[in-house]
Amino acid sequence: MRVVVLGAGIVGAACARELARAGLAVTVLDRGGPAAATTAHGEGNVLVSDKGPGPELELARMSRRLWEEALAEAAGRSDADRVEWDPKGGIVVATTDAGARGLEEFAAGQRAAGVTVETLDAPGLAAAEPQVTRDFALAVHYPEDAQVQPVGAAAFLLGDALRAGAGLRTGVEVLGAVTRGGRITAVRTSAGTVEGDVFVNAAGPWSGAVAERLGAPVDVRPRRGEVLVTTPQPPTVFHKVYDADYVGAVGSGAEELQASAVVESTRAGTILLGSSRRRVGFDDRIRPEVLSVIAGKALRLFPRLAGVPVMRAYGGFRPYVPDHLPVIGPDPRLPGLWHATGHEGAGIGLSVGTGRVLADLLLGREPEIDAGPFRVDRPAVLFEGDDQ
Amino acid sequence: MSRNVVIVGAGPAGLAAAAAALRAGARVTLLDAAESPGGQYHRMLPEAFAAERPGRLHHGWAAFDRARRHVLGHPRCTWLAETSVWSLERRDPGDARPPRVHLVHGPDGAGRDRSVLDPDALVLATGAHDRVLPFPGWDLPGVFTAGAAQALAKGERLAVGDEVLVAGSGPFLLPVAASLLEAGSRVRGVLEANPAATVLRGWGARPRELASQPGKAAELAGYTALLARHRVPYRTGRAVIAARGDGRVEEAVTARLRADWSVVPGTERAVPVDAVCVTHGFSPQLELPLAAGCALRDGPEDGTAFVDVDDDQRTTAPGVHAAGEITGVAGAPAARAEGLLAGWLAGGGSPDAPELRAVRRRRDQGRAFARRLAAAHPVGDGWKSWLTPRTVVCRCEETTYGALCRAADDPAGGSDRAVRLGTRAGLGPCQARICGPAVAALLGGRVTRTATPHHRPVAQPIRLGELARPPKEGTP
Ligand SMILES: Cc1cc2nc3c(=O)[nH]c(=O)nc-3n(C[C@H](O)[C@H](O)[C@H](O)COP(=O)(O)OP(=O)(O)OC[C@H]3O[C@@H](n4cnc5c(N)ncnc54)[C@H](O)[C@@H]3O)c2cc1C
Ligand SMILES: Cc1cc2nc3c(=O)[nH]c(=O)nc-3n(C[C@H](O)[C@H](O)[C@H](O)COP(=O)(O)OP(=O)(O)OC[C@H]3O[C@@H](n4cnc5c(N)ncnc54)[C@H](O)[C@@H]3O)c2cc1C
Repeated sequence: MRVVVLGAGIVGAACARELARAGLAVTVLDRGGPAAATTAHGEGNVLVSDKGPGPELELARMSRRLWEEALAEAAGRSDADRVEWDPKGGIVVATTDAGARGLEEFAAGQRAAGVTVETLDAPGLAAAEPQVTRDFALAVHYPEDAQVQPVGAAAFLLGDALRAGAGLRTGVEVLGAVTRGGRITAVRTSAGTVEGDVFVNAAGPWSGAVAERLGAPVDVRPRRGEVLVTTPQPPTVFHKVYDADYVGAVGSGAEELQASAVVESTRAGTILLGSSRRRVGFDDRIRPEVLSVIAGKALRLFPRLAGVPVMRAYGGFRPYVPDHLPVIGPDPRLPGLWHATGHEGAGIGLSVGTGRVLADLLLGREPEIDAGPFRVDRPAVLFEGDDQ
Repeated sequence: MSRNVVIVGAGPAGLAAAAAALRAGARVTLLDAAESPGGQYHRMLPEAFAAERPGRLHHGWAAFDRARRHVLGHPRCTWLAETSVWSLERRDPGDARPPRVHLVHGPDGAGRDRSVLDPDALVLATGAHDRVLPFPGWDLPGVFTAGAAQALAKGERLAVGDEVLVAGSGPFLLPVAASLLEAGSRVRGVLEANPAATVLRGWGARPRELASQPGKAAELAGYTALLARHRVPYRTGRAVIAARGDGRVEEAVTARLRADWSVVPGTERAVPVDAVCVTHGFSPQLELPLAAGCALRDGPEDGTAFVDVDDDQRTTAPGVHAAGEITGVAGAPAARAEGLLAGWLAGGGSPDAPELRAVRRRRDQGRAFARRLAAAHPVGDGWKSWLTPRTVVCRCEETTYGALCRAADDPAGGSDRAVRLGTRAGLGPCQARICGPAVAALLGGRVTRTATPHHRPVAQPIRLGELARPPKEGTP
């Protein structure tokens, strides 16, 4: 079976890896370079803490395990080192009583679903994060949260795929489909026609546009996010620390600016302060008022960072579906077309699980988790969903 | 109602733009990150010429001083010192106004205030800083950019070393050597990397054409005489290709170069020195033009670029003019001519005003001079062969040439963006201002180009506490 993966972001890389290692003939196409789009414009949180019980949490927990397996298998390799895997754990801090009540309920549900959740008292929080605000209502520690460097992580997955025989073609833009007997048999591209038996749409926030070009539109939209980067600092932040609003922001589809603080340090010493959520199409202008809101929220968690210089800001477009679940599976309208997209703000973490589920479905194996909720023919994907 | 013109940068170009915009009847806000106006040039001028050419100093300085007083004292001019533009906010598509200008004011460290301006026209005159190519040992203490060495010599009366080599390319080598001599260093030589043939051909084989730039030829002649008096050899076709030492520079390795800057084997020579000053031309400060949405035109070498302007100094972004070294490197007089034109037109002056004819002529002479300068002092591709795998390319993040090559050759890496994020080249505090063009040149042709090294949406560092406070609308 010849599989053509459309998009060389982290999701395309993870799919290519699973499929190539299963012995399929895989070609990955990208109009730019690998991991140069959304995957290079986000953060590298691999989180269970922000996901309530349900299909996304299951995918997240499976993905986390698969990350560890993949890295253990590659231990000692320099490309594995560049993933910068750091199981540092996450701490969620509620600064208001209302926030604390919400967080408490959320955490209880997660605990019931098997997530490790530890409530921190004031000395516990101060010991874990000496610089964090003392003015908090509730703090919860999630030891399973981890972090990667997204571009290194994507290169690692794609490298594995190439080693297993996959091919990569960059600078190749997908323009349309060639169909025969109602089946997609090739894609037309800026560099000629590329034939295959199966085509996997992994074009991130552009998946909607690619699907449209192929004649089977899906409702994947861009959701803008910005991140601030400080100058390198001595060790200041030890976990990924975020405010309890984050949980609400992830699950909401509101039009207006939302921001919640996610604060973490990187191996290079910089501190990343995220992030905003806005629906502005593909407008890539960096807005000072958005950066200002992010800075304000971060300072509520870490007031002592007020003097730290921001040296860079960047932003990207999270690929989202109105019901906030990824899309993984075959497109019933166009046999031969599959989708692996819509991971919104969690595609780095969820990439490896997505690759595994897609390969299982494609090869007729029973996926480890229920893939039904991610299917293509659900109302939200086929433009019948409420945009809430 | 008179137009509201904001001018960013108060170097020769920005000051001239302010004077012309005022003359055209506009209200002007002139701002600069520095404490006083003058830019790169006049910051140095008083001392730079003091020792050798007091007469010229007096003349140049007096003219500058008059211009400065006229502009800063003008009732329609607001001068904002120690004010940085940290962000330009582009308008919605179809809105023809220039971007909003976001400022921070005051000395760094004190918790600066923010404000935001809504100009009718914007003039960008942010200048250039000196460019240095990497070579083995360039990260050792004792290796200086020529500009830094000159600033130390002039500003603080500090000689960077006792035994110094000045190397690189361009006429700027000469004033640097002069100021080092004056600060008491022994200059072992001034090395121009390009062979004499390239330099002469570039200047049109008629070096006298320099005279079209008033004062330039005399200035150069003055430096040449000074070097001769101190018996400082000026050599062409030779460069410092490595610096060595235990913890700091103890010797420089020089070599003869071919026209493409590759080393003629067997010509390497070790010269004992305690400092090396290098310059390889100038890198324009392009983050604000990019943020404003101005198109760039590629410079002569990979990874270099300038702001694209038309005959009226207009950029491709509505309401945004550009002047001075961000449009091309031709020295202060050319920057002034561009500034006059940009300021006059931004301020609502008529493009057909008769007095513009002379200004345009000077501007065109400046552009011709820039072309000759670029042709006489190109950067040859051969510098890449000076590097070893262990040569540091990005000093902030200590990324080596070897690491960069490995990342570029990784089949799963593939794009310049992925290589930069993977190796951290250019991601440190200087935000690729120093290594950006070099990294772009080293990656050129090896990886997919997806990003420009000049993209810095946060144009100047801003502290979190400053950023979190909302800005005041209008001038502070
Ligand atoms: C600010 C921000 C913070 C984030 N933080 C996190 C986080 O902490 N943790 C996390 O897990 N996730 C995070 N994310 C989300 C994560 O970055 C994305 O979910 C993920 O990168 C999506 O990967 P992808 O491969 O689907 O898309 P992409 O990386 O965008 O890849 C899609 C590829 O398709 C290519 N393409 C598009 N159209 C065509 C075409 N017509 N022809 C050929 N190729 C085409 C593109 O060039 C691109 O390379 C964040 C995102 C943002 C914006
Ligand atoms: C060390 C040195 C020596 C030189 N010697 C000579 C010489 O002898 N003869 C000669 O003809 N030329 C010389 N030059 C070149 C000359 O200085 C330039 O041609 C001239 O200064 C260019 O003028 P400009 O107005 O374009 O830019 P600049 O003079 O560089 O002025 C730009 C101004 O913009 C400000 N700025 C930039 N970004 C921002 C921001 N984001 N916010 C606020 N302000 C900002 C800077 O602070 C600066 O003051 C020298 C240059 C240097 C660096």
